[in-house]
Amino acid sequence: MAEATLSAPLRLGLLGSPNSGKTTLFNALTGLRARVGNYPGVTVERREGSTTLDGRTTVLIDLPGTYSLDPISADEAVVAKLLAGELAEVAAPDALVITADACSLDRSLLFVGQVLRLGRPACLVVTMVDELHARGGRVDLERLSQALGIPVVGVVGHRGIGLAELRELLGRPETWTRPPLTPPADALERAGWVDSVVQAAVQQAPGRHRATERVDRIVLHPLWGTLLFAAVMVTFFQLIFAWAVPLMDAIDLAVGWLGNAAHSVLPPGLLADFITDGVIAGVGSVIIFVPQIALLFALLSLLEDVGYMARAAFVVDRVMGRVGLEGRAFVSLLSSYACAIPGIMATRTIPSPRDRLVTILVSPLMTCSARLPVYALLIGAFVPAESGFGPFGLQGLVLLGLYLVGAFAAVAVAAILKRTILPGEGLPFYIELPSYRVPPLRLIASQVWTSVAAFLRRAGTIILVTSMVLWALLTFPQSEPPPGTPPAEAATWGVSHSAAGQLGKALEPVIAPLGFDWKIGVGLVASLAAREVIVATLAQVYAIGEEDAVSLREAVQKDVDPRTGERVFTHATVAALLVFFVFALQCMSTLAVIRRETHSWRWPAFAFCYLLVLAYGASFATHRLVGWLEAT
Amino acid sequence: MKPDFNNEEGPARTVDRPRPVSLAELSPGEAARIVGVEGDTRIGRRLGDLGFLPGTLVRALSRAPLGDPTVYELRGSRFCLRQGEARRVFVERGTEPDRG
Repeated sequence: MAEATLSAPLRLGLLGSPNSGKTTLFNALTGLRARVGNYPGVTVERREGSTTLDGRTTVLIDLPGTYSLDPISADEAVVAKLLAGELAEVAAPDALVITADACSLDRSLLFVGQVLRLGRPACLVVTMVDELHARGGRVDLERLSQALGIPVVGVVGHRGIGLAELRELLGRPETWTRPPLTPPADALERAGWVDSVVQAAVQQAPGRHRATERVDRIVLHPLWGTLLFAAVMVTFFQLIFAWAVPLMDAIDLAVGWLGNAAHSVLPPGLLADFITDGVIAGVGSVIIFVPQIALLFALLSLLEDVGYMARAAFVVDRVMGRVGLEGRAFVSLLSSYACAIPGIMATRTIPSPRDRLVTILVSPLMTCSARLPVYALLIGAFVPAESGFGPFGLQGLVLLGLYLVGAFAAVAVAAILKRTILPGEGLPFYIELPSYRVPPLRLIASQVWTSVAAFLRRAGTIILVTSMVLWALLTFPQSEPPPGTPPAEAATWGVSHSAAGQLGKALEPVIAPLGFDWKIGVGLVASLAAREVIVATLAQVYAIGEEDAVSLREAVQKDVDPRTGERVFTHATVAALLVFFVFALQCMSTLAVIRRETHSWRWPAFAFCYLLVLAYGASFATHRLVGWLEAT
Repeated sequence: MKPDFNNEEGPARTVDRPRPVSLAELSPGEAARIVGVEGDTRIGRRLGDLGFLPGTLVRALSRAPLGDPTVYELRGSRFCLRQGEARRVFVERGTEPDRG
């Protein structure tokens, strides 16, 4: 015993095709204590978990799901390299544990044959044997083991059936039998080898999965399937909004309360301001995203694990194909309507790295919920509530228009990117449609936790630092208004003389063609943190309590340029500002997440720049067009 | 149409062994046996790894609303392929599904 614990931990590689029950088995063996990271230099998730097997410390490596060791994606390349021992920094596992779905042994064994050719110690875990039995199938695991030449254990992962036997086996890979003959290299010959193994071990092939067939008759039906898809997506979107908003409001309230409490406890001054407006507000701007991320991933994993996601991708694939993307991109773009951050994180389901990148780059164009406060302020102030066409108010139509412009821009940019810098790799397109299953809650919980933790750890730090920097820009250098300054000017003195205020003034020549003055400039600088911050900043610039939406609206309406005596917010300026917000990537959280997902600052920089150019151009054109329309 | 003189096996044989068509030509519900997969390309190899191999029975299940992609069933699994992929797989129609 002492000898076993002293030696280096045993490293087992868990591999199998997607939907083979691999992750469920991983969770069952390790509990929910997985360490998640990335393989060096690539965006491939690295999951490892520790457990004690037969008194021996064991590291279980959950390798990305793969159908073949002849890699076509980054995920599969990592698996192939790791198994070949070609991955620097990560040693090849000591032994391999292959999972195969009992109901599709016929196909899964093609992959098993490929793995056995590596000549490493291996064992086979036949998963979901309960489903096999329910469908009237029978497999003789003893004979399967003899035919393959390696140990075989049958399990029902989420119920723990067969796990005790498996744990005992996994602790002693030295004792595992090796195949007497290496399976053939040629795929067709290997299929012959599979047939002979199946003939020896499968006593009764499983019948059809009747529930799946019945459900699929509706889900895959051209008409009903499309309607169902629309219904699922609308519900999905609604839930993310409806369920997350109360939680987000609660967080907002708690952060505000905490800020006030800190302010009243601390002696007034810079430290109190820094703690409340810098640190607490910064932390708040990070955790405000957690409800949406958690909810989105709960719903995504539910749809995925139930088996619907593959069907949804099937239904919309053709539409997305027109743009050069595939069905799976649709779901993440839709999620970006709530917030680009979970939307970008959801692109992990897209196998092609280039398609994934295109989807990430256009996600910020989908109108996220952070734009709503800005739209609400400007539309509320400048679009007359009374006008409209029949039952449709003009205010609502403008809002809808802004959503549509964003969506069309996303489609157009995706099409352009696919035709220019990110053409397809000619990857084969295929999606497996798994049988419908009721997913174990633990599986969904672990997926939600992994995503939330990753967001907090990686993106959270960047967001926090940036929001503190912005606080400093709005605060320093400090200056007091000279005595005799009119009270209206004195109230905004601090902001207008801060670094951000000066930046706003320096920006004025650049943004003047859009009709923006320095105050909007300050708002734009501050909104780099997050779009909705412009509302609070404008309130600060106009020296109005943030809660006072109506008076900010009035102040904005009445604001007059002291030099020209004309209104600052003309229709042309308002339209230009709205259009600017449709395009510009003013959200450091999105930039941080793009950085995290692409592992380089190159792509967030690219996204920021192209969207800024687009925003400026479209805003300029809008300003001119509206100005010209009003003049004629 | 000129008569097909190249067919040395005679007309009777033609009835027994229908001309191979691409998988993309199968209508939903139709079953067929795979007779070949195009070339040693990345796509061809991957299709083989998924089980699209000569001798395997395959059945078209359902076609998406706008005519593409299509779901196929083989070796106890269901895969959805676009026309571009399905055209690389050649099948012989009129095979009775005997398993799966």
